[in-house]
Amino acid sequence: MTTAHSRSGAPGPKPGPPPGRPTVPRTDPAPRSHGAVTPDTTVPGPRIVDEPMSGAQSLVRSLEEIGCEVVFGLPGGTILPAYDPLLDSTKVRHILVRHEQGAGHAATGYAQATGKVGVCMATSGPGATNLVTPIADAHMDSVPLVAITGQQTRPLIGTDAFQEADITGITLPVTKHNMLVTDAAEIPRAIAEAFHLASTGRPGPVLVDIPKDVLQEQTTFSWPPELQLPGYRPTTRPHGKQIREAARLIRESRKPVLYVGGGVLKAEASAELKELAELTGAPVVTTLMARGVFPDSHPQHLGMPGMHGTVAAVASMQRSDLLVALGARFDDRVTGKLESFAPDAKVVHADIDPAEISKNRRADVPIVGDCKEVLTELIEAVRADRAQHGEPDLTAWWRQVGGLRDRYPLGWTEPADGALSPEFVIERIGAIAGPDAIYTAGVGQHQMWAAQFVRYEKPRTWLNSGGLGTMGYAVPAAMGAKVGEPDTVVWCIDGDGCFQMTNQELATCAIEGIPIKVAVINNGNLGMVRQWQNLFYGERYSNTDLNTHKLRIPDFPMLAEAMGCVGLRVESKEDVDRVIHQAMEIDDRPVVVEFVVGADAQVWPMVAAGTSNDEIKVARDIRPEFDNDELAASVDEVADVTSRSAGGASIDTEKALSEAENDR
Amino acid sequence: MSELHTLSVLVEDKPGVLARVSGLFSRRGFNINSLAVGPTEHPDISRMTIVVEVDELPMEQVTKQLNKLVHVIKIVELEPDASVQRELLLVKVRADATVRSQVLETVQLFRAKVVDVSPEAVTVEATGTADKLGALLRMLEPYGIREMVKSGMVAVGRGPRSITAASVR
Repeated sequence: MTTAHSRSGAPGPKPGPPPGRPTVPRTDPAPRSHGAVTPDTTVPGPRIVDEPMSGAQSLVRSLEEIGCEVVFGLPGGTILPAYDPLLDSTKVRHILVRHEQGAGHAATGYAQATGKVGVCMATSGPGATNLVTPIADAHMDSVPLVAITGQQTRPLIGTDAFQEADITGITLPVTKHNMLVTDAAEIPRAIAEAFHLASTGRPGPVLVDIPKDVLQEQTTFSWPPELQLPGYRPTTRPHGKQIREAARLIRESRKPVLYVGGGVLKAEASAELKELAELTGAPVVTTLMARGVFPDSHPQHLGMPGMHGTVAAVASMQRSDLLVALGARFDDRVTGKLESFAPDAKVVHADIDPAEISKNRRADVPIVGDCKEVLTELIEAVRADRAQHGEPDLTAWWRQVGGLRDRYPLGWTEPADGALSPEFVIERIGAIAGPDAIYTAGVGQHQMWAAQFVRYEKPRTWLNSGGLGTMGYAVPAAMGAKVGEPDTVVWCIDGDGCFQMTNQELATCAIEGIPIKVAVINNGNLGMVRQWQNLFYGERYSNTDLNTHKLRIPDFPMLAEAMGCVGLRVESKEDVDRVIHQAMEIDDRPVVVEFVVGADAQVWPMVAAGTSNDEIKVARDIRPEFDNDELAASVDEVADVTSRSAGGASIDTEKALSEAENDR
Repeated sequence: MSELHTLSVLVEDKPGVLARVSGLFSRRGFNINSLAVGPTEHPDISRMTIVVEVDELPMEQVTKQLNKLVHVIKIVELEPDASVQRELLLVKVRADATVRSQVLETVQLFRAKVVDVSPEAVTVEATGTADKLGALLRMLEPYGIREMVKSGMVAVGRGPRSITAASVR
């Protein structure tokens, strides 16, 4: 590439001088949550009537009124008018990113860490298309995101004008909704509707495309606007009959599993989940999107289900007679081959999106509703049911699944060549930073290890790209999370492949004072692809060697230093704890620690794509025994593989921590 | 076995709403047999009649996914027995003086009408169910069909009830 695309655009007519900050006396806006907006009421906020201003000022005022604190963005020709009043805003902080993709993922990380709506802004054409990946990512993971894009002027739309892209057309399949604003008077309503749509029901991304001349047009600003969404009525209250039916199935079940997805996290229902879990005594599995919503330390937690889930989580679902799916969507990575998934289980499926229910697996009891309300009512119903019918005996079930958990804990083998083990590094980061920190991950092996070996105790502490699987998510998402939760330690656990996709945002972090911590788990390769090549393509490693080992290109610590961060490198096991502690103590700058780890480590357990969950392997060619209460013959074979159990690791963790304390 | 389902979809009359609906069908892998859009008695609401060929369970997905579109206000499936379903056909049939009377006889049999005539051809307008129009076409085919165009199906439920009345505030 010889030329970069220009973002400046042709200079348009300059908007009139901004009339300055409004002097109309305004009542002090009460703190408001984006989730509180409902379609039939108006957006909370002070009433403002017909204040004259430009469309651009109206946009910024709308963002202020709705409670938007931060916008991640990058200006360009068509969005320029909006950036002028943004300069004066004291309520909305704009963070200038280095690439629009970074803005999108940062807004996502912000939203996932705080539960508020994340906002990103970009210009038309390439600026807007660079947002497509993070928008699609937020769509798959149901993240409340509002993307605001500039558009060519109305007369030029459809003429292939400079930096014109049909971004509403492009993002149609990957947004919850999108809109092209063609009248400046409509801007406040569009913004209010976008925030409302993004944050209510099943959350998702909403794109608002605004032509430059609409931003420049003189208009009047009134707030709050009336929402006009006659076709949008999400169901949050579950149906009482279905709740009672679910309670009945729970009573009749002897092998129940609570299959918990990201919907419980988004509904802020972890307390209710814990209550239901303890009331029913049922085992709990938390999907990749739900890690942290139920404490890993809880005795009823069997871990993560799915392709790289724990044997206990996968086997418990396979042998279950009742799956209570809460805000989960029976994703192919969880079910494996659908026909053989949980063959004996009845299904209670609660989700706020009716389209998820019976989409992949037929539900015996469909419940449409917000997980918090569903859980609250289900707790009541189960309690009433228990009072009448007593408690079912789950002893035999727990003997079976508890036995599997004990027999097949998560673990890893130390590399034979003495290389640093990536699992060890990630486990140590989790142990040292602890359950109060926020962890983000990219996509691949390091992501799975971070989901497996960091112990999550709290919701919104684990952020990752689950549905779309977006490499490059981690650094900008960590940036957004840190902006949203500035007092929380944010660790970005990234791979050497992922890190090279979006590390430019480290410059943003350094300049804007966003001191994230990045662990580059450098195994020299696109590790997950290499694992598949190893397992399924006859060890033919086509284009997975990134040469970040052999040639050390790039030199990660130097790259970090060049962008105003602290760059560190760890190559031996002895240095791991010391350098993590060193990174923990740096709070004035972002810090990047490169961990040079072995290339051959693999993620286990694994259900190969398209096969049945019954085919789960705890290590290469080793299949666990699901049903034998006695110690299976295969256990001796896996003993060395799983020598480091998750439980054992936490004991070691304490030991290592006290040793580390002594060292200092 | 896939079945034909007729959906009446009330949508807000907003730019791009057709693209939203048709895009949803294509990306979720559902086949549209026919689609007709037009205004309703409410100026802000358009009505689409969509005929899809799909099994029962995917059909549930179609309606649920359609319902998620913000501009979709209401979806009703119209059963053939409980609704009036019609298509419009315009067909240009080769009909010189030697066969014209035979063609006109067929047209009358089907209660269709001739809307244009020239020395070599007549243009026939017919409305009816897909079956009836198919039968008419089969009868006209031997004379030579020069051109034909058919609308998508439109349908309305039988009886006094209105699907629009309740859904418009």
